[in-house]
Amino acid sequence: MSQETGLLELLQASLKSTLVDIAPILLVLLFFQAIILRKKIPHLKQILFGLILVVFGLAIFIVGLQECVFPIGSRMAEQLTDPQFLANGNEEIARSFLSSTQVPPSIYFWTYLFAFMIGFSTTLAEPALIAVSIKVREISTGAVSEWGLRIAVALGVGFGVVLGVYRIVTGIPLHICMAFGYLFLIIQTIFAPKSIIPLAYDTGGVTTSTVTVPVLAALGIGLASNVPGRSPIMDGFGLIAFASLFPIIAVLAYAMIGKWLDSRNQKS
Amino acid sequence: MVILRVLFNRFLSVILDILPLLLVIFIFQTFVIQKPFPHLEQTIVGIVLVLIGLFLFIMGLESALFPLGEGIADQFAQKGNVFWLLLFGFTMGFSTTLAEPALTIIAGKAGQLAADSGSIQANDSTISDFVYGLRVTVAVSVGLATAIGVLRIIKGWPLIWFILSGYGLIVLATYFAPEQIIGIAYDSGGITTSTITVPLVTALGIGLAVAIKGRNPMSDGFGLIALASLTPILFVLLYGMVALEVS
Repeated sequence: MSQETGLLELLQASLKSTLVDIAPILLVLLFFQAIILRKKIPHLKQILFGLILVVFGLAIFIVGLQECVFPIGSRMAEQLTDPQFLANGNEEIARSFLSSTQVPPSIYFWTYLFAFMIGFSTTLAEPALIAVSIKVREISTGAVSEWGLRIAVALGVGFGVVLGVYRIVTGIPLHICMAFGYLFLIIQTIFAPKSIIPLAYDTGGVTTSTVTVPVLAALGIGLASNVPGRSPIMDGFGLIAFASLFPIIAVLAYAMIGKWLDSRNQKS
Repeated sequence: MVILRVLFNRFLSVILDILPLLLVIFIFQTFVIQKPFPHLEQTIVGIVLVLIGLFLFIMGLESALFPLGEGIADQFAQKGNVFWLLLFGFTMGFSTTLAEPALTIIAGKAGQLAADSGSIQANDSTISDFVYGLRVTVAVSVGLATAIGVLRIIKGWPLIWFILSGYGLIVLATYFAPEQIIGIAYDSGGITTSTITVPLVTALGIGLAVAIKGRNPMSDGFGLIALASLTPILFVLLYGMVALEVS
């Protein structure tokens, strides 16, 4: 019984924050519709019903995440970065944890694998990315497919998070990584097919949303508090910066490979 | 019958969206952690809620958020008044960002950090002024980004010039900005795009590109979100220079 009331309370809180999210949008829309455009909204009933679906759907989705994905994700991050699990009976490694010196980055193998898979799979479940890919399907000229885009973005987030985890383990400063990343991105942008650029840069903002951010934050903070010599405040964040940079690189690369394959097929 | 089949297919695709996430969690729990699920009932209830919620959200997306964005783009294009359209873009970006809960939380933390490090005076009114100023700064920057992005779609300017000059300015500002603000600035870029605004803004951009002659929905319609996640970084860096160096 106590768990049920807990669920209801969670749902109420989630509904409230979704309503706060949508209220300013509705106010602005209503104002411009009534004062400037002075037209009735077409299909008003359908849209009102749809808005209710959006608000309830998102609220229920978030409560579901809080119940299953977030606790398991953070417990996993905790256990995978636990010194005892990592040392696995190896005394030399256990000592280096205790003496707070540098530990070999290779012992974090399972964390890298988990980081990649969790980055990849949370991105596929991200509602905002689903929305953008539906739009891509609607207007597609064949240059990008719906699933091609989603998998490219998910691979980008996966690789980005692995590099972000490696950065926390090795302690390379964030701004150096970001400087090199953005330099690479700018060079890539100059050579990429022009029509893909807006979509590619949009995906950078889309991936850091409802599902991905809480899981990555848990992973980053869990890592930084267990790796010797890291502080959760200074090093725990920054995974999100990687997760919004690498999807752009991945989508540009996807379009460049597609273009290259096309031109090769035309030649032969 | 047709409706039932459509609904069924949509539910199957939602399962497909969630399946990789469930597999990852299941595989790691069973083979790496090697312990049974601690709260199995809670987990199953959670999975069911995730499936139902995503299903309802995607239904609502296609019956409300997309038509709303496209409808308003269409009506503004017919009216042909650029000024009102830009004002609409600004108001939309500004108001959704100011109300964004994630921004309120991050701005609050930033205020505390700034006070702790002695960058601003550690009394309540100075902190709350700093926090409110930060929120308004980010909201203005997203409003401007949306207005500029809408103008770009109308004129058909290529996004690449905005991106290159935007990042150029960010690099320059990072060099001059006080160190304490840099982390907050880069974080603020990601939090301004919520799950509800993304579909609406995307539909608005594509709707405009479709309604205006000579524009291509693919190369002109996207890019609003890209600009809205770039300008907050720049503006927060500038805000740091003004608000932190004075004291």
